[in-house]
Amino acid sequence: MTTNATAGTATGARFEDLSALMGLMTGDEKHGPAATSTLDALWVLYDRVLRVTPATAEAQDRDRFLLSKGHGPMAYYAVLAAKGFISPEVLPSFGGYDSPLGHHPDRTLVPGVEIASGSLGHGLPLAVGTALGLRAQGLTDPAVWVLVGDAEFDEGSNAEAVAFAGAYGLDRLHVVVIDNSSATHGWQGGLAQRFAAEGWSTATVDGRDHEALHRAYTAEHPGRPHVVVARVEPKDS
Amino acid sequence: MDTMRDRFVDVTTRLLDEDPRLAVVLADITAAAFAPAQERHPDRVVNVGIREQLLVGAAGGLALTGMRPIAHTFASFLIERPFEQVKLDLVHQGVGAVLVSAAGSYDWPAGGRTHMSPGDVALLDTLPDWTVHVPGHPDEAERLLRHAYADGDRNVYVRLSGHQNAAAVPVEPGRFATVRTGSRGVVLAVGPMLDAVLAATGGLDVTVLYAATVRPFDAAGLRAALGDRADVVLVEPYLAGTSANEAHAALADRPHRVLGLGVPREEHRHYGSIEEHLAAYGLDAPSLRERIGTFLW
Repeated sequence: MTTNATAGTATGARFEDLSALMGLMTGDEKHGPAATSTLDALWVLYDRVLRVTPATAEAQDRDRFLLSKGHGPMAYYAVLAAKGFISPEVLPSFGGYDSPLGHHPDRTLVPGVEIASGSLGHGLPLAVGTALGLRAQGLTDPAVWVLVGDAEFDEGSNAEAVAFAGAYGLDRLHVVVIDNSSATHGWQGGLAQRFAAEGWSTATVDGRDHEALHRAYTAEHPGRPHVVVARVEPKDS
Repeated sequence: MDTMRDRFVDVTTRLLDEDPRLAVVLADITAAAFAPAQERHPDRVVNVGIREQLLVGAAGGLALTGMRPIAHTFASFLIERPFEQVKLDLVHQGVGAVLVSAAGSYDWPAGGRTHMSPGDVALLDTLPDWTVHVPGHPDEAERLLRHAYADGDRNVYVRLSGHQNAAAVPVEPGRFATVRTGSRGVVLAVGPMLDAVLAATGGLDVTVLYAATVRPFDAAGLRAALGDRADVVLVEPYLAGTSANEAHAALADRPHRVLGLGVPREEHRHYGSIEEHLAAYGLDAPSLRERIGTFLW
C-alpha cells in the first residue's frame, strides 16, 4: 500500500467525484452526518482557496489546513484523494490495522495532513501557534485555516484561542465552523457573535453554497483573524 | 545568589538574541521579567494570558512550523492542568518543546495545594521519550536549559525550584554524578535534595549519587555505583517513588532493594515554609538520616 501523492489520478477531479471516493471507505453511497457536514466547505477550500498541493505539502510557505474536528474524516480523506495527496487505492483500508487512514487522522501517517486530531478542542490552539510560528519567521503570506464543529466549540480551549487571536490581531488565522446545530446547549445569538466579540472578522453562510463559501473564504479582513460559520442541515434532520 | 527562575529569564533572554528558532510562550507567570526580551523579539516572546491549554497548544503549533518553543508557567498549570495538550499537541503530533516549570512540589507552601505539583514527573512518565531535568542550583539550571534548547526537537521538561543547594555540581546532562563513595548502598539525591542528603549521610558508609537529569534514567550510572549490596535509596523532590520503577528496571537482573523517598501522595493541609514542609514530609536531614539508616543498616 502506498500513500504517495498520485497527482495524475487527481487531475480534474470534481465535487461530484467525492461521493464515490467516500463510498470506497464506507462501502455505501450514503454517508453519516459527521462526514458529510464538512464536505462542501472542505471542497471549496481545497479546490479554490488553499495554496497547497501534493508537490508543496512540505513547503514552508504553504497554506496550512488543520482539521480540528477529527471525527468523521471520510470527507477529508476523499478531498485529499481527489486532490492527489493520497491515492484513492488506500481509501478502502479506512480504519484497518495497517491503514494510514484512521477514524481520526494522524499527521505522521497521511501526506498533507497537518495535525493529528480526534480529541476535540486542539486544532484551534495548534493553529494559533502555527500562525505565530509563521509570523516569527517572517512568513506573513501563508494562511492558516482550521475547521471546527459547533459542538466542538463547547471545549474551553477554543475560547482561550479565540480570545487571544482576536486580541493579538492574528490576521493570517482563519476558522471554518461547521454549524449543524449539534452543540448540546446551542449557541445563543449564533456562533459568529462569539468571534465578533473578540474582534474577529466574521461571515455566516450556507455551508452547501459553494459560491457563498468562496466569497466568505476570500473576504478581506485586514488586521483581524477571520471566521466563516458554515451552516448546514441539523445533524438529526 | 540568584534563583533558578532568575537564571532561566537571563539565559533565555540572551539565547533569544542568538537563536532565531527559539520562541517563548508564557501564561502571565514571569511575563514581567521577560518584558525586555519581548521588546526585542515581539514575535518570539508571546504571552497568551492565563490560558494554559492555549499555552501548550500554541507551543505545539510553533513546533509544527519548525520553531523550538519554550513554554513556561508553574508546574501545576504547565503539566497537570493542560496534560492532554502535553500528550496530544506535542507527543502525538510528533513535535517537541521545552517545558520549563517553576514552583514544583512545595515552593510556595503558603499558597497551599493549588500551587503544588508533586505529580508532574510521574505524569510525564506516562508518555514516551521525555527528557526531565531537575537542577538543584542556578548554574546547573543554566547548563541544562542551554542543553534543552539545543536538544534537537526532543520534548524536554526542566523543573525549576526555589529550593536549591548551596553549591552547584558540574553536571553532565543525562548522567548521574558521584558525590561521595561508600560500600553499603547508594543514595540517589535528585536536584534540590542534595544538601539534605549530604547532611543526612555524613559519616555513613554509602555512595551518594546526584541526578540533575532523571529521564532518561542513568541506569548504567546507578549500576556502576553499586558495590556488593544492591540497595538503593531514592530521594526525590516530587512524589515519593516516582523513579522506583526506573531503579527496579536498572537492577532487574539481580536481587536488589529500593526505597523511594519524596513528597507523600496524601494532601498536606498546612501552609508555612519550605523547611516546615520538608520536615513534615520526612525530607529534612534528620528525618532522612533516620530513614536511610534504618533501610541500609
